[in-house]
Amino acid sequence: MKVLVAVKRVVDYNVKIRVKPDHSDVDLTNVKMAMNPFCEIAVEEAVRLKEKGVATEIVAVTIGPKAAQEQLRTALALGADRAIHIQTDEKAESLAVAKLLAKVVEQEQPGLTILGKQAIDTDNNQTGQMLAALTGLPQGTFASEVVIENDKMHVTREIDGGLQTIELTLPAIVTTDLRLNEPRYAKLPDIMKAKKKPMDVTTPAELGVEMASKVTLLKVESPAERKGGIKVGSVDELIDKLKNEAKVL
Amino acid sequence: MSLLVLAEHHDGQLSGATAHVVAAAQAIQQHSGGDVDLLVAGEHVAAVAEAAAKLDGVNRVRVADHAAYAHQLAEPMGALLAELAGDYSYLLAGASTTGKNVMPRVAALKDVSQISEIIEVDSADTFKRPIYAGNAIATVQSADPLKVLTVRSTGFDAVGSLQDQGGSAAIEAVDVVVDNAQSTFIKEALAQSDRPELAGAKIVVSGGRGMGNGENFKLLDGIADKLGAAIGASRAAVDAGFVPNDMQVGQTGKIVAPELYIAVGISGAIQHLAGMKDSKVIVAINKDEEAPIFQVADYGLVGDLFEILPELEQKL
Repeated sequence: MKVLVAVKRVVDYNVKIRVKPDHSDVDLTNVKMAMNPFCEIAVEEAVRLKEKGVATEIVAVTIGPKAAQEQLRTALALGADRAIHIQTDEKAESLAVAKLLAKVVEQEQPGLTILGKQAIDTDNNQTGQMLAALTGLPQGTFASEVVIENDKMHVTREIDGGLQTIELTLPAIVTTDLRLNEPRYAKLPDIMKAKKKPMDVTTPAELGVEMASKVTLLKVESPAERKGGIKVGSVDELIDKLKNEAKVL
Repeated sequence: MSLLVLAEHHDGQLSGATAHVVAAAQAIQQHSGGDVDLLVAGEHVAAVAEAAAKLDGVNRVRVADHAAYAHQLAEPMGALLAELAGDYSYLLAGASTTGKNVMPRVAALKDVSQISEIIEVDSADTFKRPIYAGNAIATVQSADPLKVLTVRSTGFDAVGSLQDQGGSAAIEAVDVVVDNAQSTFIKEALAQSDRPELAGAKIVVSGGRGMGNGENFKLLDGIADKLGAAIGASRAAVDAGFVPNDMQVGQTGKIVAPELYIAVGISGAIQHLAGMKDSKVIVAINKDEEAPIFQVADYGLVGDLFEILPELEQKL
């Protein structure tokens, strides 16, 4: 079975971001970028499926500027067999990303497509679900366990009250939650080997997908700052402050 | 310009989050006009529909009661909402795992964008939402003819119930039934708790890696009982296996904004702060006085939580 994995280049999760002075967006010049953590988990799951003999080929795909090829090389170093880069400097909204990925799914016919549940920059949590809708495939979102048997898949999902297990027919779309697995690190020889793995470059225009979105970003602001608080010296003082000053007890 | 709100329910109970989503719908209605309808979809949901009909500001409750919608799987729910969408300019759901699962599917079926986790309504087409783990607030405008939105419930005060006034909205059956050969519910493992629901609790006591092990989380029980609080956790505590994942507060867990949030043995990573920094009052108990949590805490107590927690429990 072929597995398709979608990865996104985002600001590193440890970076404290700054809003541009003109409030047009977040300032990402000279900021450390990395693979979205949920996408790393998606790649790891694909690699594990290959190690189990379930997956035969892993194709990694990303949409973004030239620099996003770094993240594809990372995916290749981690065990993906080849990569597809849909190159664009335009900002791709979830719906456009899902449409592009739907084209790739149509071309590649993967048995399973794995995505992260959300990107830590836009925090949308939409693309996997939209891709499932556009391809007409079932979806297993927020997966913490994936078990594939024959042409069926059991997905255990993290839901608000606990865990839910559903069965999906294959092909299907899965989005990863944090506890699905612990991603491995790429070893140096694998990073070297990844440089020789094939990478196809295409564009939204070649795939016939319109990138324009009807959603406009008007403004980006910093959230309201919390005022610095005080340190109390004892439990008694804490209880007193909560009762008489903050009045929350 | 009517609005349809997807009601959230479980085990025959209407979830408290729905009243917050109706409030968001009303905030839009002030700009757009139109009626606010509720959709209750599931199996054996008559009682949920009754409760939903008593929410203030609801025009009518549409009920899709069929085995196809049991457990609200994404495939049939997406198809149902896409079918009903023609009557509406807005589809709204809470940013719960159900809303997040279903709504983007509906949006794509209708070829429109979705705006996730709105926290404020500026006008009929302009909304505020947090990005980058809540470290920036984006104002976005949608020109889509159908606006599909999920609502962060802590951003909107719940509407009241008309229970006491005896009023209630009309309840109408929806007879759309969709086939679903693609997904099947197998089982559910829900955490059992007598405590208030984490996302809606007035007081939350959370433990982090500093708790040391799962056994030590019992130190929070007595305090939570005395305060009527829910117990939460940081991702570090969940990853270390101290507590189940549904207790996680943060960017990837639950977003809470209680009156009082007590963070015990939690350093205050960006990811955790994203889930709790809109709390009214934050208390931090940590032995490391340099911990970032103290930068957002209204009241900080530096010390050993194993001494502080029993004393706190006793004195409350």
